Amino acid sequence: MPALTVKTDACQGYASCVIAADDYFDIDDDGLVVLLAAEVPEADRERVDRAVRSCPAAALRLEGA
Amino acid sequence: MTGDLVIVGASVAGVTLARTLRSRGFTGRVRLVDREAEEPYDKPPLSKGRPAEPVRLLTRPEAERLGLELLLGAEATGVDPAARRLALADGSRLGYGALVIATGVRARPSPWPGPGVHTLRTLADARALHAGLARGGHLVVIGAGFIGAEAAGTATALGCRVTLVDPLPSPPARVVGRSVGNRILAWHVRAGVDLRLGRGVQALDHRADGIMVRLDDGEVLRADHVLVGIGAEPDVDWLAGSGLHLDDGIACDRYGRALGVDHVYAAGDIACWATADGAAGRRIEHWTSAQEQARCVAATLLDPGRPQAPGEVPMVWSDQHGRTIQVLGAVDPAVEPRIVADEGRLLALWGGGRVVGAVSLAWPRASLAARRAIASGAPITEVLDALTRQKTPPRTDTPPRTETAPLKETASLKEVAR
Repeated sequence: MPALTVKTDACQGYASCVIAADDYFDIDDDGLVVLLAAEVPEADRERVDRAVRSCPAAALRLEGA
Repeated sequence: MTGDLVIVGASVAGVTLARTLRSRGFTGRVRLVDREAEEPYDKPPLSKGRPAEPVRLLTRPEAERLGLELLLGAEATGVDPAARRLALADGSRLGYGALVIATGVRARPSPWPGPGVHTLRTLADARALHAGLARGGHLVVIGAGFIGAEAAGTATALGCRVTLVDPLPSPPARVVGRSVGNRILAWHVRAGVDLRLGRGVQALDHRADGIMVRLDDGEVLRADHVLVGIGAEPDVDWLAGSGLHLDDGIACDRYGRALGVDHVYAAGDIACWATADGAAGRRIEHWTSAQEQARCVAATLLDPGRPQAPGEVPMVWSDQHGRTIQVLGAVDPAVEPRIVADEGRLLALWGGGRVVGAVSLAWPRASLAARRAIASGAPITEVLDALTRQKTPPRTDTPPRTETAPLKETASLKEVAR
């Protein structure tokens, strides 16, 4: 299953990922991304991929088939 | 869509379009043409430092895996809409079923060109600037828009002395209003950037001991490097005579279909999409908007009977001196916003009863709340209440302040702004 990873040091808290997929991403009080789920079923792949690519800081990755 | 797709510009809009089509199952031929020989890269990080590690939007192996043909170092020189052909500088012609133009904009050229004088738009620009900054010395930034301001922060962090010159008394106020703009200027002051605001540049003289930047009040700044950040402009000369409407970029309907010719679309900074009510609209130079337009064009190409128009809350971000700025929705810089300030963080809200626009400074959670409120049309009071509840435990005894009056300028800021 595709898996999400985060480069926390790159996260700037823009929260675009939360807007695109709030069942996978949130941000904490310090403004850093929190993963709510790391494994992405195929049915969610396009939506989560879009959330990953919406990150202005390129802090997210979705990898694996 | 019938026939091959050709995308001019391996920009964030161009690459997003190609990726979206593939992820939605489009199996037709897709060619991405770009004048730069570089693998497609992301532009916003370039003013924020580290051009040695560019963020790639698409690598060659990935393009191969996705079945996307990359034609890099290939400059488009003209379009023949009747024959549906794109001409390239090497004399070849690419036939297309649909053509999407996503070439972005170019830096407005420096009126004072010369050695050590930079503009900043491309990766090559960023590498040249950083090669200079690595030697240290004094950088004069002409133009304090987001790119100039970000570069000032980057150069300061690299150990350069920086002076920021702009004809406006408060350049960020043009975007975010006076009181929020003053907070941003204060970051520069605190970081040690010298401000010369309300001043124009008359001339640059190149001398053996440096570049003399002469201001309109007679002051002369000796610089080792100059960055001219005076905006960007669409590059549409190559499209003259094609039948496209080119008053300000490429005029399109509200779905990105170019006016005047069939089977041509435009997305990103170069595109001027009509608004929902059919008005002429304007070009939007936003990374997030470029992505959204690309996804709309992808949807429209795949199902022309149900064209898709943008609907997301617009978002612009900047990163200056290690702090973030987010501009959301419709911000009217001429109107004083409601402001919630909590230590170094700030949220400004625009709108009558309901939130229509917001600016956050270094406050991600507040920014997220505002973005959701704009999308849902929530009342301003609801956001303010939620912020007070959500607020992190105060690190001092100071409670968050709600202000409706313009904030006072700091003393240091007043001094430098004079």
